[in-house]
Amino acid sequence: MTAPATAAPTELPSYLEAAHGPKSWLLTRDHKRIGILYLVAISVFFVLGGLMAVLIRAELATPQGDMFSSDVYNRLFTMHGILMIFFFLIPSIPAVLGNFLLPVMIGAKDLAFPKLNLTSWYLYMIGGLMTFGSLLTGGIDTGWTFYTPMSTTFAQGQVLVTAVGIFVAGFSSILTGLNFIVTIHRMRAPGMTWFRLPLFVWAHYATSIIQILGTPVVAIAILLVGAERLFHIGVFDPKYGGDPLLFQHLFWFYSHPAVYIMILPAMGVMSELVTAFSRKRVFGYHFVAFSSLFIAVIGFLVWGHHMYVSGQSVVAGAIFSFLTMLVAIPSAVKVFNWTATLYKGSISLQTPMLYALGFIGVFLIGGLTGVMLGTLGIDIHVHDTYFIVAHFHYVMVGSAIMGYLGGLHFWWPKITGRMYDEFWSKVGALLIFVGFNTTFFPQFILGYLGMPRRYHMYPAEFQTWNVLSSAGATILGVGYLIPVIYLLWSLKFGAKAPANPWGAKGLEWQTASPPPVENFATPPVVTEEAYAYETSAPAKEVTVGV
Amino acid sequence: MASEARPAPLAHHFDDYDQQRESATLGMWLFLAQEVMFFGGLFLAYTVYRWKYPAFFALGSNQLDVPLGLANTIVLIGSSLTMVLAVRAAQLGKARQIAGWIGATMALGTGFLVVKGFEYHHKWVHHLIPGAGFHIEGTTDPAAQTFFVLYFCMTGLHALHMIVGLGLLAFLVPKALRGDFSAENHNWVEGVGLYWHFVDVIWIFLFPLLYLLGRHHA
Ligand code: HEM
Ligand SMILES: [Cu+2]
Repeated sequence: MTAPATAAPTELPSYLEAAHGPKSWLLTRDHKRIGILYLVAISVFFVLGGLMAVLIRAELATPQGDMFSSDVYNRLFTMHGILMIFFFLIPSIPAVLGNFLLPVMIGAKDLAFPKLNLTSWYLYMIGGLMTFGSLLTGGIDTGWTFYTPMSTTFAQGQVLVTAVGIFVAGFSSILTGLNFIVTIHRMRAPGMTWFRLPLFVWAHYATSIIQILGTPVVAIAILLVGAERLFHIGVFDPKYGGDPLLFQHLFWFYSHPAVYIMILPAMGVMSELVTAFSRKRVFGYHFVAFSSLFIAVIGFLVWGHHMYVSGQSVVAGAIFSFLTMLVAIPSAVKVFNWTATLYKGSISLQTPMLYALGFIGVFLIGGLTGVMLGTLGIDIHVHDTYFIVAHFHYVMVGSAIMGYLGGLHFWWPKITGRMYDEFWSKVGALLIFVGFNTTFFPQFILGYLGMPRRYHMYPAEFQTWNVLSSAGATILGVGYLIPVIYLLWSLKFGAKAPANPWGAKGLEWQTASPPPVENFATPPVVTEEAYAYETSAPAKEVTVGV
Repeated sequence: MASEARPAPLAHHFDDYDQQRESATLGMWLFLAQEVMFFGGLFLAYTVYRWKYPAFFALGSNQLDVPLGLANTIVLIGSSLTMVLAVRAAQLGKARQIAGWIGATMALGTGFLVVKGFEYHHKWVHHLIPGAGFHIEGTTDPAAQTFFVLYFCMTGLHALHMIVGLGLLAFLVPKALRGDFSAENHNWVEGVGLYWHFVDVIWIFLFPLLYLLGRHHA
């Protein structure tokens, strides 16, 4: 409200110092603080989901079921999936980094609807606590996919509570997307034209479209599952004339696009990292920007590739197969463009860049195996095997989480005002890369050999690959633990971060680290795009030639 | 007694009223897009089951009371008119008129719900509530329930939206009387108005789909 136009940037208190005490956090409307609230919450869910993964891999180290009964194992992988997808990965980049950065990147003082933003966080927390509560009271055994009539008629446990929890969290996701779109349309600073927007912002725009148009469909599907359970009526139950396939259609109509809710923001992060650490204008800006929108649109037309063997007609299968091939094109466009950006760039291998390079390799494998699965003939062989598990972990754990961690490291100095430890952050990135591939590559082989997913016992011939996978998971776990330690450490002991530690070009680097409450000391006027690297001499001091 | 508008609040992160108003309107439209997809799932289910069980849908549709449905349609369209007049009054900053038209909208909306309540009661008396006690003249096939499952889900969700709308309208009345709305700042009235029209439009689809289509085939 005040106009500190005359104050020097350093004289404004940062958003962290502007207010103190729990109330200043829990009732805040500052998008940056809300981003931190999300960061804390999703980290807790990540740890919980991670512990479940450890238990799953421990059980799978031997062919016998020696730790859990089948029933407990079912509950374990169900909760692992639900927590990781709905409460960690979907909010990860948008709600933490997007919340924090989007207004700063476009030169706005906040998101368009700050109160709604805080409401979204509370909805997320209510949904999360309900789901976690259902876990404490026994959990559910339906898998994250809630297939009917399993979920409506046969499943034991707290299906209703979990379903309502996911429903509520879904609205948090919808409202965040709504907030982002309005902000991008209406809050851009003078001079911030659409084609000067950072690609991170384009990616979030596309993600928001999916969140707004896809999430309500799964919301109604879950609501109907709840109604069927509660009132014993037949929406999907064949006993009363219902059609279980209708549920699958509604579910995947959301849940295929949802995979792009997870990967598109990571792709947005990638575009920022690759340019900043090769000191080059991004190759084919328009192509990268529009490929995000193309993915969002085509992503709504391919859901049937999850239902090739469900009884859907062969004609429908063939059409979905063709459309699935189409969606690989914009994904490939991005990979080619990042690679071309690297070409002849002056590359520096800082930690965020290690994650970015890892992303390219891992996403290549994840995406190409997706195309294999999209092929009708192959999918009928490997559907519901570990091949699928490997595919989606390559894109979700490999690509999306690496994108998230790369982004977190890139903007950590901006968010916290502190630098983290160079050496340990590189060790962490390398361990994560090695651990990840050791865990999940063997699962491609297992799936190809025919090991089905979602069982805790398997024929002895599969043990070698499973042991390798469990060993890799140990490395991966250590890899994830290291950043937790040095990042927390940096909060107290890290060196103070300058405004622009990487010599990057985006608007967010032109304000203080951490930024003041209204983001800029004086409202910015934008005169060039976020990747104008060639127009000025590269910052030699941070460049390590390769 | 404030027929004169108070200075409109401009939130700190907006540059001017235009930006604030345009943001609010765009936000509401996006919310409605979300609502379309939300109801869309039910309309899809309707399409699938209607195609699968045309005879049961005709049978079910014949159990509905067309005169009551028609009366409700007219009531709801009337409430959209009074809502438009409330928005118009807000644009002119006329506090008492806003409150008056909102009151009229609420009365019509409540009337709709009361009629709906009578219809539901009638279904209850005639064992048309899906579940163990369901019974319909003409068939014993449990699939005949699908029509009523959809009838209750769709009109129920619609009624729930009306109740939320009534709550929002009630929240606007004291604000209007305090003189909160003016030419610069009537985003709330406009936003709730959009929402109200949307709920109205949903009914305009529900009425023919549930009450009229296929009655004559039975
Ligand atoms: C390059 C584009 C991609 C293609 C062509 C593709 C294709 C496929 C296909 C055909 C399946 C179904 C396999 C089956 O169940 O038999 C599948 C499963 C899956 N994909 Fe992808 N995919 C792509 C990218 C992604 C991305 C980016 C993500 C997530 C970030 C993802 C996450 C998943 C998940 C979670 C499943 C399994 C769902 C389940 O059954 O539990 N995919 N993918
Ligand atoms: Cu898919």
